[in-house]
Amino acid sequence: MSVAKPFSEAQRMLRICAICNYCNGFCPVFEVNVHHPPTAATLAHLAHLCHGCRNCFYACQYAPPHVFAVNLPRALAELRHQVYLDRVWPPAGRWLLDYPFAALLLALTSGWLLVLLAILVGTAFDLGAPMQTGFYRVLPWGLMSLIGALPLAWSGLALAIQWGRHWRSIRPPQARGLMRAWWRTLPAILSLSHLSGGGVGCNDRDAGFSQARRRLHQALFAGLAFCLAATLTAALYHHALGLSAPYPVLSLPVFFGTAGGVLVCAATLGFSWLGLTGDPEPRAPRASHLDLAFAALLLIVAASGLALLLGRASAWMPGLLAIHLSSVWALFALLPYSKFLHAGYRALALLQESLTEHETRGD
Amino acid sequence: MRRQCTDIDVLVIGGGAAALAAAIEARRIGCSVLLAERAPCHLRGGNTRHARNLRLAHLAPTPFSPGAYPPATFWSELQRATQNTADPLLGQRLVEGSLAIADWLQGAGVPLQPIAGHRLPESQRTVFLLGGGKTLVQRLYAHAKHLGIEIRYETEVTDPLLTGGRLLEVCCRKAEYKQLRPRAVIACCGGAQANRAWLARHWGEAADGFINRGSPWVTGEFLAALLEQGAQAVGDPRGAYLVAVDGRSPADDGGIVTRIRGIPEGIVVDQEGRRREDEGGDTASTRYALWGRRLADWPRQIGYLLLDARGLRAAPPALYPPISAATLGELAIQLGIDPEALRLTLDAYHAAIRPPRAPGDDWQALGLLPPKTRRAYPLVEPPFHAYPLRPGITFTAQGLAVGPDTRVRLANGGVVENLFAAGMIMAPNLIPQGYLSGLALTIGLVFGRIAGSEAARYVRC
Ligand SMILES: Cc1cc2nc3c(=O)[nH]c(=O)nc-3n(C[C@H](O)[C@H](O)[C@H](O)COP(=O)(O)OP(=O)(O)OC[C@H]3O[C@@H](n4cnc5c(N)ncnc54)[C@H](O)[C@@H]3O)c2cc1C
Ligand code: SF4
Ligand code: SF4
Repeated sequence: MSVAKPFSEAQRMLRICAICNYCNGFCPVFEVNVHHPPTAATLAHLAHLCHGCRNCFYACQYAPPHVFAVNLPRALAELRHQVYLDRVWPPAGRWLLDYPFAALLLALTSGWLLVLLAILVGTAFDLGAPMQTGFYRVLPWGLMSLIGALPLAWSGLALAIQWGRHWRSIRPPQARGLMRAWWRTLPAILSLSHLSGGGVGCNDRDAGFSQARRRLHQALFAGLAFCLAATLTAALYHHALGLSAPYPVLSLPVFFGTAGGVLVCAATLGFSWLGLTGDPEPRAPRASHLDLAFAALLLIVAASGLALLLGRASAWMPGLLAIHLSSVWALFALLPYSKFLHAGYRALALLQESLTEHETRGD
Repeated sequence: MRRQCTDIDVLVIGGGAAALAAAIEARRIGCSVLLAERAPCHLRGGNTRHARNLRLAHLAPTPFSPGAYPPATFWSELQRATQNTADPLLGQRLVEGSLAIADWLQGAGVPLQPIAGHRLPESQRTVFLLGGGKTLVQRLYAHAKHLGIEIRYETEVTDPLLTGGRLLEVCCRKAEYKQLRPRAVIACCGGAQANRAWLARHWGEAADGFINRGSPWVTGEFLAALLEQGAQAVGDPRGAYLVAVDGRSPADDGGIVTRIRGIPEGIVVDQEGRRREDEGGDTASTRYALWGRRLADWPRQIGYLLLDARGLRAAPPALYPPISAATLGELAIQLGIDPEALRLTLDAYHAAIRPPRAPGDDWQALGLLPPKTRRAYPLVEPPFHAYPLRPGITFTAQGLAVGPDTRVRLANGGVVENLFAAGMIMAPNLIPQGYLSGLALTIGLVFGRIAGSEAARYVRC
């Protein structure tokens, strides 16, 4: 009965919370819970409306070893994982979600083989000849783009299917004003306003309040945005300005890339530190593994990118390039089977709230 | 370690709101403080762990409560609720002291819940703790530790020795340090609600039917020992704040969720299948306490709330699923009630029901004893459901008489110069009978602070 268990446990605890409701100042989960009996669909929604701040664990008079054993953050983390599994596409993706470190290894290895193959093909047919400089000497631009574009296209499709399935199960019956709701939700998503836990901060490691997880999220956000900017400006330099990589230290792509890489490294190390040193009690082990594996993957991508920046003029360059590219391949390919999923689930949860809140206020 | 523990200025006995406030206050003034909590660390905090809001006077709107609640209003409400039995000097200190509590709590790192989220009942009289009493407990322990207060868990303080108007010595039930001679002692160890023998002494067999809503460690032996040694008692030894809870609740520590809130939606019968009270009579939050008190006098201290399918839909959610059956007869058998007796009760009830005649009228059942004056719907839609009800005890109402500085009084006049008391152990000075919601925490915090600074002043002089 491993499928139903996360649902029944969360249901049992939320029933207690609906009567107690002491935690309703921490997050919207409690208010929604009071007004809706926790059916399977509401549970799936509530699971993602919870952002795992753990405030309600340390505040709970019924936390284990009390006989009622209420540990809502853990139950909802279990449930989030279950929802990922239930909505995954194609079904084989369950395996990747349940064994995230094996998935990581598999993706990195396959990426590595693929990059080697691409380099061999490029060299054999001398595709790099027209641009004899820098990275493209090792791997021609076209093949390099393909290594990024193919997994990204696949992942885009898989994510759309999974998030779409979830939205169909949680959306309010008459969802009108969807665009306006997105517009209202966007600031909350971007500022991570809920991560301030009713104004006092989260319980990131223990019973003390902290802003660490929120700051780390923001650093990761900014880091990924910088990395994207680095890629876009590099494409611009290459196609519009006719300049070939590697670019000088004082160029935009290098600046963005360095800033992004450093931020992502710092954020992922920070997340892992919280995950490894914090109180394990309010965490669900299988969900934590997914978190850690994703942090590790991001860290590998960012660190190898930084190493490539540093060593781009040295003899190590081809090797570093191959490592970086294979990690990028792994990241793109694993997006729909990694913790990255939560970004969409969470946005949809906030969107749903924004729609329903708006409707009730209209009455 | 031994030296550290025996050479202390102030020993605080207890681990709830009163104890923490007292310890923090004494420590801030510069005393060395040992706080001895009987419970293990993960269940520390006594009944404070289960509380939610506290009653605070304030002169202008705050982020935590709208409008104003002047001390004079607070005092007059307290007088009314206790039928003028509250000690006026202590009452004065309570309502005025409460003005500063919101700031004090926030200064110590305890978050209050802003009213802005619209998730709280509109209340000028009380403020809500963000996350409830457990958060207060967590934050104050962290603050106490930060200030350098020595905290000992699983440490029961016993055997007080009162001589010549002084508390000479107490015993600490922990192997490493037995006899303690602190310069001053503050007793904050609560009432006696978890003490079966105490309850049986005053309630007889009925005590077996009580469920303790709060901490199993608040048993009042230290209070009893002080009374035996000549401290003056105050309040009613048989007094208790009782609330109707689900009869299947755990014997201790069930907290707030075991309350049965759906009484107005059905009828309540005793083990013999008879109605005894008007289920629609009271709507204020005081109704829980009224029913708790009533059940205490019923046979075997048990009652059954009976609902039909409509009643169950209308009732607020409850902790346990109800006991259900297709017919009322089958339900009666499951409950061990004579089906014939229950049928007679229901026939009489149904015959007396008068549907509303004009808009705004309610369903009523008036021509019977007792009547049901509101929401008197017939019980006709199957299936039928029952919740067993028992009295749930929250606190007892006998304590230590104290002066306005919280010094413990002696029965033969005078005070114990180095013994102070705060919280439920002295609350019966203020509420020998009756109660107002949010009062217990306020008493704990206000008098905890007073006791802490008085004890420190005594030690420093
Ligand atoms: C379910 C529930 C809900 C409540 N809700 C509210 C509310 O919303 N607002 C409100 O104001 N009040 C509420 N109350 C009442 C309130 O919580 C308590 O009355 C109040 O917190 C008591 O504080 P205290 O510090 O005096 O005692 P307690 O918090 O009960 O602390 C007594 C402490 O003394 C310790 N102790 C006992 N004996 C010894 C000993 N010999 N040696 C060492 N330690 C000892 C105990 O372990 C315990 O930690 C509620 C109570 C319950 C049960
Ligand atoms: S987590 Fe615990 S304290 Fe918070 S609402 Fe639920 S039962 Fe109450
Ligand atoms: S962990 Fe935080 S977000 Fe999740 S339910 Fe508890 S308080 Fe809400």
